[in-house]
Amino acid sequence: MKILKPVIAILIGYALLKYGIPLIGSKMHPGTWPVVPTSVMKMYMFFVVAAFLLIFTRSEEGYNDIIGPIADIYANPSKKVAMMALSVIVGGVGAFVAYQYVKPTFEPPVELRSIHPAPPSTVKAFNKSFSLQTLKNPYRVEDKAELEKNTLEGGVVFFKNCFFCHGDRLLGKGPFAAGFNPLPANFVDVGTIAQLTESFVFWRISTGGPGLPSEGAPWISAMPVWHTLLSEEEVWKAILFLYDYTGHHPRVTSEGGEE
Amino acid sequence: MLGKKKIKTSLFRAVFVLLAFFLFANVASVGSVAKFFDHKAYAQEESADGGEEAAAPAEEAVDDNVWKPIAPPVLEAKDYPVISGVNSRIAVWIVAQLHLFFGAFVLAVPIFVWVIELIGVMTKDPRYDHMAHEFMKVAMTGFSLSASFGGLLTMLLIVLYPQFMEYMVSVFGKVMIIYALMFFAESFFVYTYYYGWDRMTAGGNKKLHLFLGLGVNAAGLVIMLLANSWTAFMMAPAGLGDNGAFLGDTWAAIAGPLWGPLNLHRFIANIAYGGSITAAYAAYKVLTTKDAREKAHYDWMGYTSFFVTMAGLLPLPFAGYWLTKEIYGYSQQMGITLMGGVFAWLFIIQAVLIGALFLSSNYYLWCSLGRTNGGDRYSFMIAPIGTVILIAFLMWFTPHTLIMSAGELAQIGDAHHPVLGFFGVMAAKNTAVNILLLATFCSFQIFSRANKKAVGDGFWQKNGTAVQTGLYIAAATNIIALGVYSYFIPAAVRIGLSVPQVCTTLVVLVGGTIIDVLMFKGSREVGEMKWGNMPVRSQYALFLLAVSFTWLMGLMGYVRSGIRQHWHVYTVFRDNSVNAFTPTLPFAANMVTLIVIIFVALVLFMFWMPILASKKKKDPAALEEEPALETGN
Repeated sequence: MKILKPVIAILIGYALLKYGIPLIGSKMHPGTWPVVPTSVMKMYMFFVVAAFLLIFTRSEEGYNDIIGPIADIYANPSKKVAMMALSVIVGGVGAFVAYQYVKPTFEPPVELRSIHPAPPSTVKAFNKSFSLQTLKNPYRVEDKAELEKNTLEGGVVFFKNCFFCHGDRLLGKGPFAAGFNPLPANFVDVGTIAQLTESFVFWRISTGGPGLPSEGAPWISAMPVWHTLLSEEEVWKAILFLYDYTGHHPRVTSEGGEE
Repeated sequence: MLGKKKIKTSLFRAVFVLLAFFLFANVASVGSVAKFFDHKAYAQEESADGGEEAAAPAEEAVDDNVWKPIAPPVLEAKDYPVISGVNSRIAVWIVAQLHLFFGAFVLAVPIFVWVIELIGVMTKDPRYDHMAHEFMKVAMTGFSLSASFGGLLTMLLIVLYPQFMEYMVSVFGKVMIIYALMFFAESFFVYTYYYGWDRMTAGGNKKLHLFLGLGVNAAGLVIMLLANSWTAFMMAPAGLGDNGAFLGDTWAAIAGPLWGPLNLHRFIANIAYGGSITAAYAAYKVLTTKDAREKAHYDWMGYTSFFVTMAGLLPLPFAGYWLTKEIYGYSQQMGITLMGGVFAWLFIIQAVLIGALFLSSNYYLWCSLGRTNGGDRYSFMIAPIGTVILIAFLMWFTPHTLIMSAGELAQIGDAHHPVLGFFGVMAAKNTAVNILLLATFCSFQIFSRANKKAVGDGFWQKNGTAVQTGLYIAAATNIIALGVYSYFIPAAVRIGLSVPQVCTTLVVLVGGTIIDVLMFKGSREVGEMKWGNMPVRSQYALFLLAVSFTWLMGLMGYVRSGIRQHWHVYTVFRDNSVNAFTPTLPFAANMVTLIVIIFVALVLFMFWMPILASKKKKDPAALEEEPALETGN
């Protein structure tokens, strides 16, 4: 049965996505089983099916191999039972999928979140106004010894204040982390501070969850408004520590100014 | 036939040499090309704060007795005129987008019409001339529709947003007059070009006719550049004083930080878009005609349109990257709103649509192998190419932020997925799109050589395929290696690495084409090319291409405009109307869909016009004069 060729290809694709990716992920983060989220899996499978159907129907022969048996069942009066059975199977699969969508569940609904909400052009904190377009970290100095001292002081700030959520390895897995959804940011990940300017990080720390723009509403971040709890100097030094510890570099332009 | 060992040796040498070349090129391009394209830190002081480089006030602005440019007013919701039952923003949105669709189409078609006509003149093959004329015939209704929507848009803006238009006139008044005058030039050239076609061709005035075609394109290009300057100004204003009033230097206002990249992006996109619409026209004709000769003609026309689309589609992502990079460079807020904030989800839809474009394009090429007798020789390559495209495509549209249920979040144990998280950043996206382009170009190459066989003992005839294979392997290795490396370096340098990745792809595109030319010089045909011998589903792939492109343009046009958020002119002129909010994603997507449906209905009307015109009896003598294409029947 040549019709099985694309079916097998699609099933292999499904297996790789369903089990292959979590398997690789579990080797990277032992103790977890990082499934492909359903929202992504649906998109993946739609295109896996589409791509393999395109590959296998590019020639008349391949097209007839797939369509032929189906057309034969529906066009041949002597195969009424097969036609009915196929219709019931297709309809049943549709009904099952529909039921999965609408059945009652205890899971809270999934939410669309912006991980990097757009920063305002200016931000008010520490009784001052800062222009995020031109703001630079005043404690990122040329003198290596002084920079090291500032970074160490930033580490003290981190472990006194941030460690409880973001963890001692900055992976977002501090002692309190399990109590939050979304989880605290993982600074080691290439998708967080590695992509951002220091001014952006300064904004996020200083104004916390309540400082998120309206596009992030309803904000569900538990990040405190740190400018009411720390000094400006402490925030900047903590930022130095975040980049130093993770080995990431803040986003800057080639001229040295922030983008 | 070459021995397997010899082929392996050639392949190995080619891969080695080319990898060394790419390694050298990587270092060189990061240092020089990246620097060249690096934005010049367009700070807002150049625009909103009236930087030092801004032009000095014009003389007439100093004189109190003459009209002076106005500062943008601070408006309230009540200052915006309201027409009962009309939502101002939606009305402008629909009409502007429809104007843009038709405008893009009619600006693009004359460009490739002119090129095809020139090919016809150089090869002395009347079929090219006939096809070019027919392309122009399709576009003629588009000119009227584009102008009609342009007029309606202007009126809507004047009626619904008078203060905004007053301000824009204060900056671009002179330019707007030139813009309007260019329509006279465009009309003159278009009508003489189109209606004089047969007479000038028959009368031996082909050079004059080509000159008129050049005029059509020159006028069209100026129109596009001027209109783009207004759009670019609204996003990244330049040439203004502290209070937002125009300082008098029109060129400074035109040539803002985003004008250049916007021009390039729109120009290339227009070509691809125009090609996709004419391909849909040809597909429609292939499906509806029963005459084998006509079917062959329209299949050839569809293929030519498809070729034009591909020529635009392949470099388009790079132009898009440049534009995005400049947007980021101009304003971090705008850049993050675009790709990290609320609009990021629309970029996922964009990625899916671009994937649909590539899949339908490749499918058309794979089906095209059926046109030739030699196509079967390459059919074994389709499954690997398709699989590579699929993998690259899945990486390409994987979102940075995954929508997860609480249960999935617990299973993953982190807000960032340990595997998929790597696909969400630009390092993976750049790699995936370049691999996608390479695979698509490979599909194109196997189609273009399907009916040929290299003959002779020359170097290229013997080693061309091995060198090309080496080129692909070396290029893919280089692109993937750069992609992996870019995870370990700062973001600013990472962006720079996209330049050698792009250059690598371009080397394959250009190098592969040159080798094809050298290799198949004096080649023999394996069999005849059977034009019209295409399955029906391949023509639907062309429809999918056109509709996906239209939807994509509508969506990204909205995103580009939407990132200004509550500003008429970004950071200078605030929008305080009741509509000064960002609509929800589903609302925006539905709006774009509605506009696409209206456009498709109008395109069907546009397709119907030339058919209506050709209802009169055809001149059989003229048809006989034209050499027929080889048909599949």
